[in-house]
Amino acid sequence: MSRRLAQGGLINRARPLRFVVDGQEYTGFEGDTLASAMLGAGVQRVGDSIRHGRPRGIFGARWEEPNAMVRLLAPLREPMVPATVVDLVDGLEAVTLSGRGVLAPSPRDRRDAVHAHAETLVIGAGQAGLAAAERAAGAGQRVILVDDRATPGGAIPSPDAADRVAALAGREHVTVLPRTAVIGLYDDGYAIAIERRDTGHAGAEVRRVWRIRAASIVIATGTIDRPYAFDNNDLPGIMLLGAAHEYLARAAVLVADAPVISTAHDGSYETVDALARAGARLPAVVDARDEVSSDARSVCDRHSIPLKLGTVITSAHGDRRVEAVSTSDGDRLPCDGVLLSAARAPQAALASHVGIPLAYERAVAALVPDGETDRVRVIGSAAGEGLPEAAELWCAPDAEHAYVDLSRDSTVADIDVALDAGLRSVEHIKRFTTIGTGPDQGRTSGLLAAGIVAERLGRPVGDVGVPRSRPPVIPVSFADLAGRRTGDLADPVRRTALHSRHVERGAIFEDVGQWKRPRYFPRGGEAMGEAVRRECIAARTDVAMMDASTLGIIEVTGPDAGPFLDRMYTNRLSTLGIGRVRYTMMCGLDGMVTDDGTVMCIDDEHFRVSTTTGGAAAVLDAMELWLQTEWPELRVHLTSTTDHWATIALVGPRSRDVLQTLTPDTDLSAAAFEFMRWRRAQVAGIDAVVSRVSFSGELAFEIHVPWWAAARVWDALAEHDVTPYGTETMHVLRAEKGFVIVGQDTDGTVTPIDLGYGWIVSNKKGDFIGKRSLARPDTRRPDRPQLVGLLTEPPALLDEGAALVDADGSLLGHVTSSYDSAAVGRPIALALVRGGHARMGATVTAPTDGVSCRIVDPVFYDPEGRRRDG
Amino acid sequence: MLLIECPWCGPRDEIEFVCGGQAGVSYPPDPFALDDDEWGHYLFVRDNPAGPLAEQWCHTAGCRSWFIVERDTLTQHVLATRKLPEAGEEL
Ligand SMILES: [Zn+2]
Repeated sequence: MSRRLAQGGLINRARPLRFVVDGQEYTGFEGDTLASAMLGAGVQRVGDSIRHGRPRGIFGARWEEPNAMVRLLAPLREPMVPATVVDLVDGLEAVTLSGRGVLAPSPRDRRDAVHAHAETLVIGAGQAGLAAAERAAGAGQRVILVDDRATPGGAIPSPDAADRVAALAGREHVTVLPRTAVIGLYDDGYAIAIERRDTGHAGAEVRRVWRIRAASIVIATGTIDRPYAFDNNDLPGIMLLGAAHEYLARAAVLVADAPVISTAHDGSYETVDALARAGARLPAVVDARDEVSSDARSVCDRHSIPLKLGTVITSAHGDRRVEAVSTSDGDRLPCDGVLLSAARAPQAALASHVGIPLAYERAVAALVPDGETDRVRVIGSAAGEGLPEAAELWCAPDAEHAYVDLSRDSTVADIDVALDAGLRSVEHIKRFTTIGTGPDQGRTSGLLAAGIVAERLGRPVGDVGVPRSRPPVIPVSFADLAGRRTGDLADPVRRTALHSRHVERGAIFEDVGQWKRPRYFPRGGEAMGEAVRRECIAARTDVAMMDASTLGIIEVTGPDAGPFLDRMYTNRLSTLGIGRVRYTMMCGLDGMVTDDGTVMCIDDEHFRVSTTTGGAAAVLDAMELWLQTEWPELRVHLTSTTDHWATIALVGPRSRDVLQTLTPDTDLSAAAFEFMRWRRAQVAGIDAVVSRVSFSGELAFEIHVPWWAAARVWDALAEHDVTPYGTETMHVLRAEKGFVIVGQDTDGTVTPIDLGYGWIVSNKKGDFIGKRSLARPDTRRPDRPQLVGLLTEPPALLDEGAALVDADGSLLGHVTSSYDSAAVGRPIALALVRGGHARMGATVTAPTDGVSCRIVDPVFYDPEGRRRDG
Repeated sequence: MLLIECPWCGPRDEIEFVCGGQAGVSYPPDPFALDDDEWGHYLFVRDNPAGPLAEQWCHTAGCRSWFIVERDTLTQHVLATRKLPEAGEEL
């Protein structure tokens, strides 16, 4: 049984700490991990295994732990973490898990992130890492030294480790980060680390993500032990030898009184010596080799430990924990523990993130990093320095119920099934058996599986390959990565200048990109359909207004602004003339519609372009690309002013009367202010730009005012009983007129001609983007999907996206827009239908709804355009 | 997370940039002088070398400038960055 020794270790015995595991209270010390405190209290058993429900015990000392998963309840709540990396704090509460965590309802603890830069980042504060950090600091470099443990020095700290780290931390340009794990290395010296600040920082953030850019990165992450497989090798009490040594050296915990030690290299005998000196009575050391060094032999002689050479453990025995082992020489040894080290395993997974290969070295039976990059190198034992030569020991003869991956409950038999199924690559066997896919990332199982596969196939280990490591190297919670960017801070929210007005009116909002836009304004418990119907009727028969401030606005200025726009857009804009507005469309080089909007000619060298709400950034990017890469000779400047202008669309037969009341100095009559013109005017005492454009077919005005003045104009309009409407009503009104929404009625495969917008493509002006592609045979095919209107018979509301088929059941296209229309008196729809322009009057079927539809012109309402002048 | 040296702003994290694909694929002086195959080639076909490739990137979250990035597609190393040629200069 494991127990705490009366003296020794790095724990602070003056600071006892109470903790609770599975409802039972225990006492540990400052400096313990949860695992060492449990072992010190005689608790070795943890949760049963995930698939087979077998009893399991603490197996490792750090992130290699496959069994001892716990859920933390207090003080920090964490769904699943190995007990071996949890620093003990007073009042800690945990429950053991069987391989599956339980999410906390919501992470309420504060988490943070910082960016840091350094000449040298050193990962690991063992012997090699400390020396590297001291060298770099001595050369005057900015140094960041991160170490996963709470105290430095590696698994078995040297007596001076703490002082050396304290000296380093006292230097001006050195940052020492204990309890910090690098989770991945990326391009150009970029590293992400997570600092666990659960202890000693009560009340502050519990996790801190470090995003580090370093000119050079030194990996000094040391080694762990690799086990081998034998029957019942998963019983509690069976542990890695190095872990037992770490518990002894750091926590003064003896993990067993009478452990059998099994190894295949000389490096284990230092631990044999340490355990014996601490009072363990070792029944035997079982070494797979026929010869050991004289030093190793003398350790056994000194402590009178029987040394079994050329021998391996074939089976462990015990009911709920290990009580004896059988060995290959036919012996049976009573014991209360088994400590394993078939070989030392460099922990160099981080190196493989940046492309440094890990090569199998037969002499040390381990994967060793092979080479370095211009920024990253591995040093010390992680690089294979000083590794003891080892015999290849993977699996006891005739083992069947021998576990390869304790975390996934995968056995040698599982590997045999995979091999019988014909799998040969370790990567395939990994996917078949799930070996190496657990939260321990296969630290103790990856190479072991490769070794067993190689042995069974009679091939060298290097030939079967080894599973590749990818970031993150330790489990990372999403809450840690999200940091403070949760809830309202998850993504920026853009609100218009009129947002508070919409909230007061009870608007239901929808997200359009990052914008919050009112979708409709329900009154007195109206459902959406009722509210939209009322808003539509107000726009068609009275007066209504919408906040259109989210449309993108780009000021295009300079002597060549007009010719530039002629090249960017499909119609001619350079000849527009001051005071005029024109609707326009933008295509990609492939001739497909990418955006639409209006262009106002402010003066000969100034055009104001509007874009779709979602397309504003992409249009600006496209304009910049062409200006900078292809047409640097054009004297044009681009400025995004989306956030400078507030835009109110005022729509309906009474819109002129209302606006005229607020605009006494300007004649708004049809004769004085024609359709598709703009002018400056004082609206409610505010300098405004008013244009006569209409996205509904009704008499309408667009009022542009500076952002700060928007509420004043909106309120003045509201005093005239103007009905506010949202995006849903806007969609219905435009669909009644057959106006498309780019991104809804188009999908990147639709030309202006497909939409029936051929009139917007100029044949007279010179080249423009997309022109040549519109002359390709494919874009001129008569059977392309083309925009049509649909009327269901009998009237029914189609689903947007519904497929449309002909009488034979052949797919013809799909519904792009579908609404119930008060103005038309029935549901209407727009659709893309193959060869649709030539199918007017034909019938198609929406099979999912079982509805017949007649193909009609997409302009359902006022096709003569008589309503736009009021 | 590449570290990319904007010729105007200096080294910045990759997230500030967008990649605009292969550089030096010039817009034909007269697209209608190209037959459909040639035009299709210009539109859709790009080099895909295993090794150095000149690309155009834009510092979208910075100065909004397009510039040239020489990137090794095998090692993912940025070999060099430079400004776009001035009007009349060769790439
Ligand atoms: Zn820049």
